[in-house]
Amino acid sequence: MSTTTAPARPLPGPSREYRFPAFERLTLPNGLSVVVAPVAKLPIVTTLALVDAGAVADPVGQEGVALITARALAEGTDRSDGAALAERFERLGAAMDTSADWDTASARMTVMASRLPEAMSLLAEVLRTPAFPEREVERIRQERLAELLQQRAEPRGLADDMFGRFAYAGDSRYAVPDGGTEATVGTLTRDAVHAFYRSRYAPGATTLIIVGDVTIDSARAIVSEAFESWSGPAVAPAQPSDQPSRVTPAVHLVAKADAPQSELRVGHVGVPRLHPDYFAIVVMNAILGGLFSSRINLNLREANAFTYGAFSSFDWRRGAGPFIVSTAVRSDVTDAALREIVVEIERMRAAEVTEAELSLATSYLDGVFPIRFESTTSIASALASLVAYGLPDDYFDRYRTNIRSITAADVLRVARAHVRPEQLQVVAVGDAEAIREPVARLDIGPVQVYDAEGNPLE
Amino acid sequence: MRLPIDTFRLPNGLFVTLSEDHTAPIVAVNLWYHVGSANERAGRTGFAHLFEHMLFQGSENVEANEHFELVQRAGGTLNGSTWLDRTNYFETVPSNQLALALWLEADRMGRLLPAMTQQKLDTQRDVVKNERRWSVDNQPYGTWWEKLPALAFPEQHPFHHSLIGSMEDLTAASLEDVAQFFATYYTPDNAVLSIAGDFNPDEARRLVTEYYGPIPRGTGRPPLPAMDLPPTFGEWRREVVPDAVMLPRLYLAFRSPVFGSDAYYHASVAGAILGMRRGSRLHRSLVRERQIAADATAFTFDLPKGSDLLVIDVTARPGIEADVLEREVAREVDAMRADGVTQAEVERAVALIETDFVASMQAAGERADKLSMFATYFGNPALVNEQVERYRQVAAAHVNAFVRERLGPDNRVSLLYVPREGDTEAEAAADFAAVET
Repeated sequence: MSTTTAPARPLPGPSREYRFPAFERLTLPNGLSVVVAPVAKLPIVTTLALVDAGAVADPVGQEGVALITARALAEGTDRSDGAALAERFERLGAAMDTSADWDTASARMTVMASRLPEAMSLLAEVLRTPAFPEREVERIRQERLAELLQQRAEPRGLADDMFGRFAYAGDSRYAVPDGGTEATVGTLTRDAVHAFYRSRYAPGATTLIIVGDVTIDSARAIVSEAFESWSGPAVAPAQPSDQPSRVTPAVHLVAKADAPQSELRVGHVGVPRLHPDYFAIVVMNAILGGLFSSRINLNLREANAFTYGAFSSFDWRRGAGPFIVSTAVRSDVTDAALREIVVEIERMRAAEVTEAELSLATSYLDGVFPIRFESTTSIASALASLVAYGLPDDYFDRYRTNIRSITAADVLRVARAHVRPEQLQVVAVGDAEAIREPVARLDIGPVQVYDAEGNPLE
Repeated sequence: MRLPIDTFRLPNGLFVTLSEDHTAPIVAVNLWYHVGSANERAGRTGFAHLFEHMLFQGSENVEANEHFELVQRAGGTLNGSTWLDRTNYFETVPSNQLALALWLEADRMGRLLPAMTQQKLDTQRDVVKNERRWSVDNQPYGTWWEKLPALAFPEQHPFHHSLIGSMEDLTAASLEDVAQFFATYYTPDNAVLSIAGDFNPDEARRLVTEYYGPIPRGTGRPPLPAMDLPPTFGEWRREVVPDAVMLPRLYLAFRSPVFGSDAYYHASVAGAILGMRRGSRLHRSLVRERQIAADATAFTFDLPKGSDLLVIDVTARPGIEADVLEREVAREVDAMRADGVTQAEVERAVALIETDFVASMQAAGERADKLSMFATYFGNPALVNEQVERYRQVAAAHVNAFVRERLGPDNRVSLLYVPREGDTEAEAAADFAAVET
């Protein structure tokens, strides 16, 4: 029922030049680093305070203390209780959140530009003089325990956490979720939180990233006013431990009775963020499972309809984060889906990708670059990655050239070097009773069944 | 903040909005079709969404999945989404690729059916069934999505039935359904096309006219059944839902004024006072002070016809029973009705809403989507520039009038999720310090 004649498929016009927003670095006399990127598109400003106080700095036995400390920062200061602080931020329209990931703790705040000075002074109060009231720290701790309890019934988060647990050696920090477990969070005290703050939060370990409708000079004045009298100890960067748990494949089934889908994670310990193969790995992963048109998604979703979606990723951290293929498939095709994932992983290492596959990945990553930085929050996060990983200031200016320089030979080389079928760890959260036999027949490795807390069954 | 806006209409009825912004070489293309799950016929729940999937399966001059590939190869991002009363499709691309995005959308608006096959329909039906398993069936509380509208709208109302659809109805969908749905709803006179970002307006008009001009007008969409509803439910309708969850959760909904009406802004501010961020009433009282809840939020569905819903979503802390949770949330709502809100609470809510709104308008795709929304619902995309002002005009007296009229016990529906027998890990809950209430 063709109704009209189609105009010809158009060709692109000449492309307009784009540069990542220019930024300037300052250092206050107390050691606080400042990065300012004036972006005057709309009258708002995002401030991101990045502190070298992530989960890898958790003392052994206190896993989760970095997250609890970050979450408790705005729950009371020497001047204000937590409710009053929330009120003071929010009356300014300042959306402020604190958190911690593997490498850093952060306070992120977006506010209308006209209210930046007042909001910055509040942010400084929170970072410099948190009181960690006993009652509030205890509440934050209980809320984290509630999250962990919820996770036992939530297959996606459960599969992610279980993958880390099985892929990393027991004494690696990465074997335990960044927010800790019921065992470690269960014993955290207010004193441990306060001690973590005193040892890790200091101007020399903090970078303030300010992006938006602000000039370098006014940002400098606002930051100096709020932070110049802050003092604190010297802090050594924390070093992650990232040893794998085992070097041979194994299958870990986490039982969720009658689950209509199996939540799958397949992979192994990957590589650290500062690896020289970074750009080749990014392109390789885009082809394997990073894009909608990747091999894994086209196979599992579009050819076989096993799933709503399937993708692969390298989780970039200072240490070697995991390489994982993730998907959720109908329970009765769990074995077939796992077989296809392994086929795609092996195919990636067997021969060079086609020119069409390579150019799709590189032209996407090159072309989408400006679209990644439309907002003050996304620019601030990009600058935070420079700081967290110690990337050079011209990193973003060279990014697109670096991506375009990757060849099919590079892709094959890094697939062979960094994707390792002989080490695959498989986690399946699902109906263990139904999927166990079919999955065992794939012969990937020994199969063990666990409960939702990771205790081996039978 | 004021977005520049220009509009025109093609002879075939396609309404076009343009908003220039040359700060980066990026342009967004966004199409709203005025059709959603509300337009599905009986026995075809989930079809509008399944149809959305079919739009990525190619058209006369585009191979299956080539739409995705061409846009990503051009350095763009893209997707589509289905809602109760609309379906949208969108691309953000480098500005030199504007023509490609417009051409792709035109090819599937004008020439979808030659590419439709039984095999593609069967595959996407299975993909959607997996989407349902992933987002509804195998997700804690995932069924709230279809249970709440089912409880809040009468059985014959277009918003009553499931958007994702039942497995049975998805199985029944046929290629004839695809052809009929396409002919009825995917017509230029039932769509709005928005372009936002870095483009030359003369060039954009030329491309739109060339690509979309020849597509014939539709024959008119069949009218929906009556949408209007009384302002309140007239009762408190409760459903208890045993589910594979670890903690009780309450969804408490109120019929509220339709999106875009003056009273909508009063309701929206009331929702923010109740449940937006840590300074909100529910968070302050139930999460911080009394420690009954692990989490508390409130939001509106933003429905422009029939009736909107204001929804409170609160999860219990371990050790708190479901009935206690329901009672204490209701007590907070009752206290708000009895005492009223203060001007300071209104100012806090409006300040946060303004920051959120301005921050969201940084992205070309978000601008284009809002232009399409205001054009589709009200025929006036320039309403996007009035939003902040409309919120600023809300006073405590407005919010209090809304709260008195609409948050009473005669205007409530609730879903109370409780851990199912066997999912209640009594020992697990006992590990947590009991909280006195």
